[in-house]
Amino acid sequence: MARAGLWAALGLLALPVLAGLAGVIGPAFGYLPALGRSTWSFEPWQAVLGWPGLGAAVRLSVVTGVLATGISLALTLLIVAAWQGTRSFLWITRALAPLLSLPHAAAAFGLAFLIAPSGWIARGLSPWATGWERPPDLLIVNDPWGLALVAGLVVKEVPFLLLMVLAALPQTDSLRAQMVARSLGYGRVTGWMKSVAPRVYAQIRLPVYAVLAYSMSVVDVALILGPTRPPTLAVQILEWMTHPDLGMRFQAAAAALLQLGLVLGVLALWRLAEIAVARWGRDWAAGGARGLGADAVLRPLGAGAALGIGLAVGLGLAGLLVWSFAGLWQFPALWPDSLSLRVWSGQMSALQRRLWDTALIALGATGIALALSIAALQAGARGTSASLIYLPLIVPQIAFLPGLATFALVLGVDGTRWAVMGAHLVFVLPYVFLALADPWRAWDHRAGLVAAGLGAGPARVLWAVRLPMLTRALCVAFAVGFATSVAQYLPTLLIGAGRVSTVTTEAVALAASGNRRLIGVWAVVQMALPMAVFAVALMAPALIFRRRQGMQIG
Amino acid sequence: MSLRLEKLEIARAGAVMVRIDREIGPGEVLSVMGPSGCGKSTLLAALVGALPEAFALRGRVWLEGRDMTRLLPHQRRMGILFQDDLLFPHLSVAGNLGFGLARGVADRAGVIDRALREAGLEAMGARDPATLSGGQRARVALMRVLLSEPRALLLDEPFSKLDAGLRAQMREFVFARARARGLPVVLVTHDRADARAAGGAVVSVTGDAVAL
Repeated sequence: MARAGLWAALGLLALPVLAGLAGVIGPAFGYLPALGRSTWSFEPWQAVLGWPGLGAAVRLSVVTGVLATGISLALTLLIVAAWQGTRSFLWITRALAPLLSLPHAAAAFGLAFLIAPSGWIARGLSPWATGWERPPDLLIVNDPWGLALVAGLVVKEVPFLLLMVLAALPQTDSLRAQMVARSLGYGRVTGWMKSVAPRVYAQIRLPVYAVLAYSMSVVDVALILGPTRPPTLAVQILEWMTHPDLGMRFQAAAAALLQLGLVLGVLALWRLAEIAVARWGRDWAAGGARGLGADAVLRPLGAGAALGIGLAVGLGLAGLLVWSFAGLWQFPALWPDSLSLRVWSGQMSALQRRLWDTALIALGATGIALALSIAALQAGARGTSASLIYLPLIVPQIAFLPGLATFALVLGVDGTRWAVMGAHLVFVLPYVFLALADPWRAWDHRAGLVAAGLGAGPARVLWAVRLPMLTRALCVAFAVGFATSVAQYLPTLLIGAGRVSTVTTEAVALAASGNRRLIGVWAVVQMALPMAVFAVALMAPALIFRRRQGMQIG
Repeated sequence: MSLRLEKLEIARAGAVMVRIDREIGPGEVLSVMGPSGCGKSTLLAALVGALPEAFALRGRVWLEGRDMTRLLPHQRRMGILFQDDLLFPHLSVAGNLGFGLARGVADRAGVIDRALREAGLEAMGARDPATLSGGQRARVALMRVLLSEPRALLLDEPFSKLDAGLRAQMREFVFARARARGLPVVLVTHDRADARAAGGAVVSVTGDAVAL
């Protein structure tokens, strides 16, 4: 029974990915009987290779992906190296943690609003510093180099990697290692990098790979912040996938395989770079340089990075909120001339419908994910199964979802809420599992032994002792899963086939419209929904167990 | 009512670490002494049926003439107390006692009240266990075990976290109740005073008699 849960969870993780990949291979070579093509050919590949934007799109995907990952990793390590063990570090982690529940798209919209030529930064500097009387004609958002895209990814990935590092630190004996390094005369950052970083990196390697694969193939953030002519490869694949001419699906499939190859290739190069850095790092560490002077520069830099990310996202979200209520708002005024509920009330009925669908899909997917995670953990999932958890996070969505969408189409389930819920489950499950796994294992097994000694069987130990004691962790895992589901763009779009949409697909669909007030409304709702669930998830256990001090901590 | 450890051997990677062949009569205490890491707690894990897979068990455990060796922990009716009270933090004091009390017992509230009174915790049933003192929590943990009507009692250094004055009191409290109910007791400890207070045979994990 318990074993069955484990296999169900693992199957759910691996099968859709493998089936989806299988589902793109046929069309990529011109074979898709459902569309009346039952001969194999290289035509789709010729179409992809013949597309004039291919070189630029591939270059963009690789460069933005590697840059975003490299910068995020460097900033994360810098922040921890410079500030671990200080009071400021607690503040930094507390300030950045809420950013995790924020959907990528909402953060990207916020950043776009902030840095746009008509955004708060330009307004704050105009006209006294810039001389601009009207928004300048500058391509800051959607810049052809993808720098805005990189920035949008970095503000979301640094909080994620930071959390991964925090989870890894207790297993690295970091505080004592740092103390030894300091007592040998090392500077804070240099000592940490030389003594702790190698151990931490070994622990966060898989999350880093997930960030790299995600950054190279992200669609929603690229639609909002990325270049347009040509876009990144992933965005182009989506364009072909959703083209009214179903024949374009063949070259979409071929490009999806190309995207997969790109990600795997870059992952392999990243691995080689790791080896090279490790070799160089051993010499560097053994070289004995204390790096005492570096702290004066690097510590403020780390604090500045954390502050900058917090401010950029915070101001960006505030900007979304203000725009959603703005009446007339002339440049370079910092505040609208008037506020109104006009846009909100105009969207109310559409909002209600989408919120209902979004919440229903998220509740379903998260509920199932939670049950499967508990079953898998109860069956003792660990080791190899734990790395399998990362499969849907490392294989790019854009590489296997088209295949899954094709299967859904053939089976006639595309465009149903159930199919969308199932597709969400593939991505919700790993995050719920990861959120629950550590507290689950940290639970004191002696409590179970005592209960068994009192005559409680395994089921009663689970339901009456272990699950209640883990209420808080269960609530957090639920909130993580819910936020993950709400944030899904591509699965909703491709499996929903235009007939099921959520606040996220609605918001991203508005990206090209340039209607700031409308975008503001939908992005605010998209960010508020997971945050509200997080707030409830943190408050509910505290409320239920308000008279149980033993349940307050941990 | 007696507990028999018949030629019990626990080995890890082929090396025998525990070897005991003993019978503990009703109300008797067998104290197993030794430094930490010698395998005392492993012995108790084997007795409750939660021996980690890395260990191999030979011999048999008999309780009241029934072979316990293959039974699951909750089928053995052996109550266990650790050095931490391990009261369930999500339940009240009375809730914890109720967890131990078998289903189908009539007048649960009355039984729990009497148990509270016996432990000197009158009218504390609704309290949050986290608000009790260490000694009070230890007594609740013992009453919880006793309400489950175990057929044997296993003690894993149960007094080592209490301060000196409380420790003597608690020893007296535990052993008196085990004797009154005629429970065979296995106590593992590194504290000679515990073993002395227990008053029964004292052995090492390899079954040799230990002089106090």
